[in-house]
Amino acid sequence: MTAPPSPDDGLSPAELAAKYGLSVSGARPGLFEYVSQLWGRRHFILAFSQAKLTAQYSQAKLGQLWQVATPLLNALVYFLIFGLILKADRGMSREVYIPFLVTGVFVFTFTQSSVMAGVRAISGNLGLVRALHFPRASLPVSFSLQQLQQLLFSMIVLFVVAVGFGSYPKLSWLLILPVLALQFLFNTGLALVMARLGSKTPDLAQLMPFVMRTWMYASGVMFSIPVMLKEHPAWIGDILQWNPAAIYMDLMRFALIDGYGSENLPPHVWAVAAGWAVLVAVGGFVYFWKAEERYGRG
Amino acid sequence: MADDKSADRAHIPTVIADELHIVYRVNGAKTGKGSATSALSRIIKRGEERGVRKVHAVRGVSFTAYRGEAIGLIGSNGSGKSTLLRAIAGLLPAEKGKVYTDGQPSLLGVNAALMNDLTGERNVILGGLAMGMSREQIRERYQDIVDFSGINEKGDFITLPMRTYSSGMAARLRFSIAAAKDHDVLMIDEALATGDRKFQKRSEARIRELRKEAGSVFLVSHNNKSIRDTCDRVLWLERGELRMDGPTDEVIKEYEKFTGK
Repeated sequence: MTAPPSPDDGLSPAELAAKYGLSVSGARPGLFEYVSQLWGRRHFILAFSQAKLTAQYSQAKLGQLWQVATPLLNALVYFLIFGLILKADRGMSREVYIPFLVTGVFVFTFTQSSVMAGVRAISGNLGLVRALHFPRASLPVSFSLQQLQQLLFSMIVLFVVAVGFGSYPKLSWLLILPVLALQFLFNTGLALVMARLGSKTPDLAQLMPFVMRTWMYASGVMFSIPVMLKEHPAWIGDILQWNPAAIYMDLMRFALIDGYGSENLPPHVWAVAAGWAVLVAVGGFVYFWKAEERYGRG
Repeated sequence: MADDKSADRAHIPTVIADELHIVYRVNGAKTGKGSATSALSRIIKRGEERGVRKVHAVRGVSFTAYRGEAIGLIGSNGSGKSTLLRAIAGLLPAEKGKVYTDGQPSLLGVNAALMNDLTGERNVILGGLAMGMSREQIRERYQDIVDFSGINEKGDFITLPMRTYSSGMAARLRFSIAAAKDHDVLMIDEALATGDRKFQKRSEARIRELRKEAGSVFLVSHNNKSIRDTCDRVLWLERGELRMDGPTDEVIKEYEKFTGK
């Protein structure tokens, strides 16, 4: 184009950009700006999580019934192995142990699947990241939200199991809500951390199942930590009991099961539960945000 | 068409690319012995990435686009056209150099956000939200999107999962969703040729509309005719380098000489 000489001719690209108020494309916004952008995308985050949830079973003949049937079958398998064959219910009556086991499985699965979804949140959706603009944290947050909705379906099964074994609805069931909220915060933070790690090293998707299984067995999903570790030094049991997965499981059991009183909980349990949630959620969010402009690279 | 308007708009830049380099890193493209161990040491050391193949897709491209321009991007397959667009949109980070833009450039396309297992209806909503539209905006335009796509001309297909659509129908719906939003700096990547003849006509008209509303338009296409029709300036990329930058006719003539047409 034969442009006429203009006063801009001598300027370097950076100076020209500054003169007309252009900004660097794809630059990372400030932390608070980022939070507000993310809030602006809340409808997308929710719709995306619901879409993923629905799409999961849309080809099955029983359709959305699987949302409830899957956790139910899961609980049955664990009951068969640990309740009937291994008899891991030391010191617990059957009325306590079965809901104890099922609660543990569901609550841990919530964290486990959030982590696994987090690992693939960026690396598995690179097409989306390279096509559209949105705060990238939308993806891991959306995936943990999907897992939360999945858990809500599992809760239906859990309520039935609890009632079936003699724990009837009572006021303490309301405690389920704060427990879920805290665990959701914790899971989201973890998913954000895993999303950033997984975007750089997709191999984590192969490694994480083993890490998660170790964590599961160490968190007392199918046994009571204090009872099982009676002969070992107390500090081992303390550490295991204070790990976030065990904390959220124990709180959920305490809320739900009649025969599972506060004597089973470690001291300061609510403070620890909230501490883990806030620490991991805030830390994970900041850690994820720090690499915001680089996720498109893959 | 370039001359009559150029006087008043020539001096307001909307996109400035300054010595832009884009490098892709590809895992697992290395063959031969020792790749697993070298990959392991790479993960542990986190230093120089030896096992990773680097693809230098864009090499030092500089240009300035001005308000109201429609710029075509041409070049053979793999010359870095789409990559350049993504870098302008800020979706791919630059290895070296910078891109400055006025507002948020956006690519025309929502394919990646849509899910085949969901109904067309839910995909319209999901796609709209993914592009950053509000729920109200989507509700307002929902009927337009469906009508434009022509999905419901042969029965109530919008309430069926997208995997049941023919490829043409799905492409039409995708285009209709993508074209429902207005953009500051609009970038179109060979989106013109979707669907049957009737739909192509309709989509070309819609792109002209979008062009009028947008500050600048970038169009990637292998169809020299559609470049001639829409663009007044053309960037010719070859092997990631800017080979020519000028008025459409000149550049296309050279390009046609180069490709031997």
